Amino acid sequence: MPKLSSCSELKSVRDYLCEQSKNLHKTLMVCGGTGCQTSRSQTVIDAIQRELSRYKLEERFHLRVTGCQGFCEQGPILIVAPDNLFYCHVTARDAPEIISRTILRDEVIERLLYVDQASGLKCRTVEEIPFYTWQDRRILSQNLMVDPTSIEDYIRLGGYSALAKVLKDMGPAKIIKEIKSSGLRERGGGGAPAWGKWAACEAAAGDEKYVVCYADEGDPGAYLQRCVLEGNPHLVLEGMMIGARAVGATRGYIYIPNEFELSLEHSLMAIRQARDWGLLGERIMGSSFSFDLDVSRGGGVFVYGEASALVSALEGKVGEPKSRNVNAVIDGLFHKPTMANNVETWANVPAILSRGSAWFALKGDRGSKGTKILALTGRIKNSGLVEVDMGTPLSTVIYDIGGGAPGGKLVKAIQVGGPSGGCLPAQQLSLPVDYDILAQAGYPVGSGGVVVMDEESCMVDNAKHLLTSLQGESCGKCLPCRLGIDRMLEIVTEITEGRGKPEHLDLLQELGETISQTALCDLGKTAPNQVLAGLRYFRGEYESHILNHQCRAGVCKALFSYAIDWDKCTGCGDCLDACANKAIRGGRNRADSIDAALCQKCGICRSECRFGAVRVV
Amino acid sequence: MSDRGLRTILQNRRSQPAQLIEVLQDVQKKYGYVSEPNMRAVSRELGVPLIEVFGVASYYNAFRLQPGGKIALTLCIGAACHARSSRLLLDQAMRQLGIAAGEVTSDGLFSLDLVNCLGVCAVGPIVKENEIYHPHMTPGKLRRLIETIRNREMKEIRDAQT
Repeated sequence: MPKLSSCSELKSVRDYLCEQSKNLHKTLMVCGGTGCQTSRSQTVIDAIQRELSRYKLEERFHLRVTGCQGFCEQGPILIVAPDNLFYCHVTARDAPEIISRTILRDEVIERLLYVDQASGLKCRTVEEIPFYTWQDRRILSQNLMVDPTSIEDYIRLGGYSALAKVLKDMGPAKIIKEIKSSGLRERGGGGAPAWGKWAACEAAAGDEKYVVCYADEGDPGAYLQRCVLEGNPHLVLEGMMIGARAVGATRGYIYIPNEFELSLEHSLMAIRQARDWGLLGERIMGSSFSFDLDVSRGGGVFVYGEASALVSALEGKVGEPKSRNVNAVIDGLFHKPTMANNVETWANVPAILSRGSAWFALKGDRGSKGTKILALTGRIKNSGLVEVDMGTPLSTVIYDIGGGAPGGKLVKAIQVGGPSGGCLPAQQLSLPVDYDILAQAGYPVGSGGVVVMDEESCMVDNAKHLLTSLQGESCGKCLPCRLGIDRMLEIVTEITEGRGKPEHLDLLQELGETISQTALCDLGKTAPNQVLAGLRYFRGEYESHILNHQCRAGVCKALFSYAIDWDKCTGCGDCLDACANKAIRGGRNRADSIDAALCQKCGICRSECRFGAVRVV
Repeated sequence: MSDRGLRTILQNRRSQPAQLIEVLQDVQKKYGYVSEPNMRAVSRELGVPLIEVFGVASYYNAFRLQPGGKIALTLCIGAACHARSSRLLLDQAMRQLGIAAGEVTSDGLFSLDLVNCLGVCAVGPIVKENEIYHPHMTPGKLRRLIETIRNREMKEIRDAQT
């Protein structure tokens, strides 16, 4: 493939690719993203490939393996263009029928259709599914149109035209002005206006500068960075190239955790392809702009949202944040000016330049423009990746898109902004997805993880869990974080194990406030958030643990027991068979009781019971 | 340096301290852990003090400092999997294997590790068996999975002996 020598040559190639695609009758898109792969979508991909080869159908019907389609709970997902017929929970055994009936005879296979639980209706196409109709998938919809291993797909979709426009007509000042006018906020951390970093890095002295993409999620329970990167790597590359052009960088790095295998594979492939096409390297598309990228594999630690810690990691060192006086934009990687953003931020850049800042700012409201990708996980019916307009109420995300908690249970709270965020109680779900409004209410949006908790989640246990993970992730450099988290964890653990004292609550409050004011970096400052939010909104749970020795959610083992609900028990005997401790007494036709002395609360009887007949007392 | 595998990893990386994490990633992948002799070789070749190599290897979750089991079970305890009761999976694994997280069974068959988010949250809770991801796990399914693996491995040993 000869390198592109001009922007007009890119356009000619795109026109040619668009023309070529008109010959296809139908396109089958199977999700090969990590979520669906875990649900064994590779077997579906292989089976479809086999069927197409067997009947020599590849000329007319194209199989495209895509990145994440968002509705992960329903995977493996298969969509047939041009009508966007949507099949879910597809298995390899369905492949012959899909080819013979849907592809060759235009017949719909009813059992593979998604059933909307609210209405009971079967949905034929993506456009009929409420999970999708409430969204505005500016970035994620591109995952349907591109095979992430194909630069041709990306170019056919209009890829690299933003870069071409920038190289032809726009210098650094103009690019940064567009980013500023768009109102783009950084899609991670505190959501600072993106243009500030761009302008500061551009103005920084030095002819050697870097742009960096950190693809680590930052927040457990979020997986959107990887899905955008593994599903559409060229989008991220193009964003970084535009950023590099704006600030005067000639080199860049994408920092990817070692366990994100598809992200690593697709990023390395995209970089190789871009180099082959002359989109990375010297004098890109005949311009004076030269830039190249490499991938850096991460060791898997949380603190990388902090730019100076990220720089340390890229330099091969322990990822400790440096002193507050060091600004990575001026003194970053190898002491050069460095602009670092996460995947979602970079992914928003190309469209701002190609379609204009005014177009971008059409979505959203007040100070938060565009769309936000959220990872909707935890105790939610429709778990997956969603993209909504900024300003969308969280209740729309949880109930209209998410379908609420499984089994009709009550949603208790959502965790936003990762372990450093707060637990937003259900009564505040009318708050919108908005950086400023949520921050004012005490909840940083973070990178976009929304972990849902229902009536079977214990808020005290949740605080213990988050403090435990923060304890492991803390770099240990400053005393408030290092010792403070230890002490809070000790106290919360005492409460979950039935040794809580009434004075513990005031002590936790005081500890939490002190740590938040004195820790060195944001990890430490926000570490007490879960406990403080818990004391504010779920004080009743803490008191119930301490005063009544009761965990009503059925999580803290010292503070509940299991019992048989005789109204629901059908006598199937599954629980008796499953119990490794012989703790369930029963006979023919029903289980009678659970012996608390023998019961280890392993939860197996509860998970095996199909009738919900094991309850918490 | 007598180990050809290690020589290949260190090729073209002499005196490049910034390559430390990448090199240790390759060592971890090839040997399953980062041994002290390998740390010494990396220290010499890259020009990084041994204490710093040890510091990096012990700081990042990606690296084991001891060999793992033949079957590396990794349980995700990230927020989303925790919300879906991953603690019950940890309890089940510890009870059934008789080891704590970070340990290896005495027969060398299983090691048990925890990870704080594998990024597959929507189909969690997740248990990883070496490189295979198992979605929607429950304590009952995990019990059956461990039993199945154990039976399979015992059968392999018996077949090899006959």
